[in-house]
Formats: sequence, C-alpha cells, structure tokens
Amino acid sequence: MKAMLLGFVAIAVIAVGADYTLDQMGFSAAEQGASPSNVRLGD
Amino acid sequence: MRDIRHFILGCIMAAMAVLALASWMTPGMANAQEAGSVAAETEIDRSATGGATTLEDIMRRQQGLAVDNSYRAENIGDPTAAAGITDQLGTLGGASDPDLWRGMRFNAADVTTQARGPASDVLIQDRGMWWLQFREGPLLTYGGYLLLGTLAFLALFFLVRGRVKIDGEKTGRRIERFKHVERFGHWLLAGSFILLGITGLVSLMGRKFLIPVMGHESYALIAGVAKWVHNNVSWAFMLALVMVFVMWVVHNFPDKTDLKWLAKGGGLFGGGHPPAKKFNAGQKLIFWSVIVLGGSISVSGLSLLFPFELPLFAKTFAILNGTGLPDMLGFGMLPETLTPHEEMQYAQLWHAIVSFVLMAIILAHIYIGSIGMEGAYDAMGTGMVEEQWAKEHHSLWVEEVKQRDNKAPSGATPAE
Repeated sequence: MKAMLLGFVAIAVIAVGADYTLDQMGFSAAEQGASPSNVRLGD
Repeated sequence: MRDIRHFILGCIMAAMAVLALASWMTPGMANAQEAGSVAAETEIDRSATGGATTLEDIMRRQQGLAVDNSYRAENIGDPTAAAGITDQLGTLGGASDPDLWRGMRFNAADVTTQARGPASDVLIQDRGMWWLQFREGPLLTYGGYLLLGTLAFLALFFLVRGRVKIDGEKTGRRIERFKHVERFGHWLLAGSFILLGITGLVSLMGRKFLIPVMGHESYALIAGVAKWVHNNVSWAFMLALVMVFVMWVVHNFPDKTDLKWLAKGGGLFGGGHPPAKKFNAGQKLIFWSVIVLGGSISVSGLSLLFPFELPLFAKTFAILNGTGLPDMLGFGMLPETLTPHEEMQYAQLWHAIVSFVLMAIILAHIYIGSIGMEGAYDAMGTGMVEEQWAKEHHSLWVEEVKQRDNKAPSGATPAE
C-alpha cells in the first residue's frame, strides 16, 4: 500500500517537475511559436 | 487459471488490434493509390475549360469520389517563363494570382512568415479533413466500442465464471512476491497510465460527449487540465516503463514451461494448475504487450509533445514500402512524402489506436488482478502472497524461493 501511494505521489512530483523543467528550457508552446525578431514592442 | 484468461484476452485484443490497424490503413492507402487509379479510370477531358476544373470534376467531388488534383497541383505558374519586368504582367514573375493560390492550396508556394515553427509556412493543409473525419468517426467509434466491449466481456465472464478461488486449503503463510521497488514501479506505471487513459479519452471524446452535457466553458476548463495532465504525466509513464522493463525482463523471456502452460490451457479447462515460474505465459504476454505497445505509444507521444521536431511516419512508410509488404497486401505504396501536419496527424492516430488496444488489455489485467481472482491483488498490494496461491499459480517459482532460502519461506508471517 505504501509503495502504491509513493508511486502516486511520484507521478505528481514528476509531472510538476517536467512542466517546470520544460518551461525553463524554453519548450513552452508559447515560446516555441514566438519570434525573437521582427516584432518591435515599445521604444 | 488467471493466466490462461490473460492469454485468451491477449489474443482477442491482438486480433482487434489487427482489425483496427487494417481499418486505419485503408483510407491512407486509398489516398496513396488515388492518383494512379483515378487517372486510369477516368481521363477527364478538360479542353473545353482550357485545362481548368470541369463540371465533371465538381460532380465527382460532390459525390465523394476520388479526384485527381494533379492538373491543379502542377499548375502553379512558371517563373522561368516570366515576361520581362517591363512587359505586360511582368511584375507577376510568371505566376498569376490563381497560380499562387493553387501553390498555397497544394503546399508548393514559397511562403515566408513571421510566425516561427517548422510548419508555420503551411497555409492550407490538404490532408486535414481526412484526418479529422477519421478521428471523429471510426477512431472514436471503434475505439469506444473496443473499451465497452471489453468491459462487457469481463462482466459476462465474471457472471459465468465467478471469482477464481484458491483451490487448496490456505496455509496462513505468506511469501514475498514483489519487493517494494517493484511495486513502486508497477504503481507508477499503473497510476500514470490510468491518468493518461482518462485524459486521453477526454481529449478525444470530449467534444462529442462532454460539451453537450456541460457546455463549452466548463469543458474548456476540463480540456485544459486534461492536456496539462496528459503532457506532463507522460514522463512518469515513460520512466516507469523503463523501470518495469529493467526489473522484470529477465523473468519474461519465453521458455519451455510456457509451451507446457499454453498446451494445458493454463489450467482453465481442468487438469490442475500447470507449473509456472515467477511469470507464466499469460503474464509474459501482458508484460510484452505493455512494453511493446507502451513503447510505441511513448515514441508517438514524444513526437506529439515536440510538434514537428520528431517526424516518424514518412521514414517508416518508406521502410515498409521497401519490404514490399504494403503493395503485396493490396494497399499500394504508402506515401513517403508527408507535410509536417500530416506527420502529426499520423502520429496522433497511431498514438490513439495503440492506446485503445493497450487500454483494453489493461482493463482485463486490472480485472484479473483485483476482483477476478482471490489472492492476486496481494502481490501488488502488500507484496506478500498466500503460499497456497503461489503454489497453485507459480509452483516453480515457489520451489525456487524455497531452495534459495533453504527452509520454509523466509518472508513467512502469521496470517492476519
């Protein structure tokens, strides 16, 4: 039973970790579709 | 006993998988054959329209018949034959506006866009409707029936056969079947698979079944959560798949006992329990189904997680064509050139089809590991199984354990 609960907790931890890590690495959908140039905001 | 059922169910699922694949492949093949067969069947005379679309083309399209689009796809202008820049229409560069539109329609135009991404220059996607219709039609319908049919079959089986009891007298002694880390790996895989299954079904079927019930706004929230869960829990599934493979592969190579076990039908038709090691033939089939199908789902899932970065199908189709198998089976040649979106569409369909098959297999696995058989759940619950259960279902494994311990089972504990 403990192993099962630990497994379920690990799923949550891995999911949140994966989301955070991929986001940090620039793999968010928004960033993948964004252009670094050609759009001038401000100035 | 439980394992012959695993085996029989595995066979049924495999047959269903082949059927599903055949039905999936057919439309694709039809399209691949389209150009050749249509051209051969109907030589449409377009002289009256100067080579443009005729009434016959329009009627064929309206009747849902295959149309050879090459007369339009290839008619996209010719820059090399452009008039001089100061001549009439010279500034068009050899391609009229209709030529440019046809170029966009058939993905042959030289498009430049500020939007980033490998597929952002595809403005009109030719094969999108086939994919959408297949996804909303046969995929959803037959996939749903497969799961419902499996549930109905299991319910019927339970009513007819009832719970598989432990035949002999219980000893009250328990032996360790799965260590903590093994059970952790199992539940990591199981929990993530159930979450992925539910959220995958929400994504595929929500438009049809949930929106009518809860409305667009509530569903949008659920779909958003489902997408987040599906994308991120996938890593737990892949990690667990590797864990389970490493931990159990050594116990899952086929051997002679499997043949004997299968020859005796796993004991389902009487004649006592056939001997089995840690995993019997039925369980080995489940293991390899999970590894192979789960692996395939993971690969197509990664392709979908990183859109357009990991295309799989054009290359796979080329390899398949190389074997000559698709042509031999009457499917013609598979398309070897796919647009980025087509790659994603094939990945999505493959991902869903294989997932449906694995879900059906796992439903049967869940049944036999819980209500279907007395004593089976303990193996993954506490890890300690009743010795009599183990002797009946895994006699050779019990002997191994006893030999190793050189005494009564080491993990023996009094009955609770």
